[in-house]
Amino acid sequence: MKKKQWLGFVFLFTFTLYVEAKSVHIAVAANFSKTMQSLVTEFEKTSEYQIALSYGSSGKFYAQIKQGAPYELFFSADQAKPDALQKDGLVIASSRFTYAVGRLALWSANPDFIDKIQVRLKDGSFNKLAMANPKLAPYGAATLQVLRYLELIDVTQPKWVRGENIAQTYQFVSSGNADLGFIALSQLLDVSLGVSLGVSLGVSNVQQVNRGSYWLVPDNMHQPIKQDVVLLRSAVKSLGAKAFLDFIRTDKAQNIIAQYGYLTLNSLSDMNSLSDMNSLSDLNSLNAGQEP
Amino acid sequence: MSLTDGDIATIWVTLRLATTVTILLLIFTTPIAWWLARTRSWLKGPVSAIVALPLVLPPTVLGFYLLLAMGPNGAIGQFTQALGLGTLPFTFWGLVVASMVYSMPFVVQPIQNAIEAIGERPIEAAATLGAGPLDRFFTVVLPLAKPGFMTATILGFAHTVGEFGIVLMIGGSIPGETRVVSVQIYDHVEALEYAQAHALSGVMVIFSFVVLLTLYTFQRKRKAVSMSYGR
Repeated sequence: MKKKQWLGFVFLFTFTLYVEAKSVHIAVAANFSKTMQSLVTEFEKTSEYQIALSYGSSGKFYAQIKQGAPYELFFSADQAKPDALQKDGLVIASSRFTYAVGRLALWSANPDFIDKIQVRLKDGSFNKLAMANPKLAPYGAATLQVLRYLELIDVTQPKWVRGENIAQTYQFVSSGNADLGFIALSQLLDVSLGVSLGVSLGVSNVQQVNRGSYWLVPDNMHQPIKQDVVLLRSAVKSLGAKAFLDFIRTDKAQNIIAQYGYLTLNSLSDMNSLSDMNSLSDLNSLNAGQEP
Repeated sequence: MSLTDGDIATIWVTLRLATTVTILLLIFTTPIAWWLARTRSWLKGPVSAIVALPLVLPPTVLGFYLLLAMGPNGAIGQFTQALGLGTLPFTFWGLVVASMVYSMPFVVQPIQNAIEAIGERPIEAAATLGAGPLDRFFTVVLPLAKPGFMTATILGFAHTVGEFGIVLMIGGSIPGETRVVSVQIYDHVEALEYAQAHALSGVMVIFSFVVLLTLYTFQRKRKAVSMSYGR
């Protein structure tokens, strides 16, 4: 009897070790969480590896990774944190690539705003304009570039409210507290409901979504919102992490990412040739010095 | 490492917020505490539970519900709009209202305990000597329950200074209006500006320590004095 129990423990212990060895710990920027869940589901169908996901802000992940957090891959919401980690020597520079490019949308939860959303932004007929904090969130930085491009910084500034991240900005608008808000297109597309963006990629267009209306901001009004992934130096030998990185590069994964409202590596190279990058480089200096 | 103008602005907003909230809470919740301390009504349980509820929910969740309730479609929002006040989120007074909800248990409970500790006797004695209800409160209850009021003031103030989640949800980070110290520190950390975060955190810790130390020292002295009178 006792021997049987003992054997049971040994079995459980080995089993735990087995599971441990096969699971890959990934830190994911919160804005990419829904997309990542779909990607993981697809990956785990064919792979022997299990993925363990942690969601959070890229700034917190940076701090945690510097203190030795046991992640193997870091899907950042920007390029700044991977840059900083690279300078600190904590990541494998050659592993890094842009897994998704975020798209900015001006959204209102008010259905009456359809067709007039840009006009309202320009003539100021709204109570508040929500945006992600430009200092912290790449979508916020892109928002400032767009407002600068449209020469609307000074007029709209008294009506700015800043969310700490893009999810909070979404809440400001969805709760009706702010008439308008610049959010991520991915937040508006609920793939599970079959609302996908087959139409007018790259064309500025007002469209109706399940709630309210939005204007897809043309990509030439701001710098691409590039989101990078890196392999951590501590996980350099992790085969599972490498397998997942390879999977992200496949067409299948790239299609899933595109379905959720992001541009991908493939479509990005098309975009580079299309849009006027010279005008974008002027926008480069806008991030700094905007906070009053 | 020195503080930026932006940092200093957040300190002023925080002090203004904590002071306003503490004063308003002392005024508005003392009657609640008084009632809770003396009532025998069956409502005591439910009201106590409601007062303590903000302790249960995570501040960001509480903030989320306040954002919905205070919004144009929420109950509070419709009420404030009917009064012609507009909606409360993204305003200083919105933060005041939210902070009052959040810090209420920290002010009500010490006052309630202090009034309960006095008991019926001194109040009844004052009544037999012809003191009216207001007179009884100001000349008997207030002096005897003073330590409770002090604790309530300290906790209410400190708790509002340290508040983060609710402000994050309904503030909108407007400089000079709703951007408080705790949010500013968080922003510095998120932006990897650790030196500035350290400086502002240092100022906050030292300031809070000095305020708390002053009040507690004062309270200890007072206790010592009243004890020597008792002998």
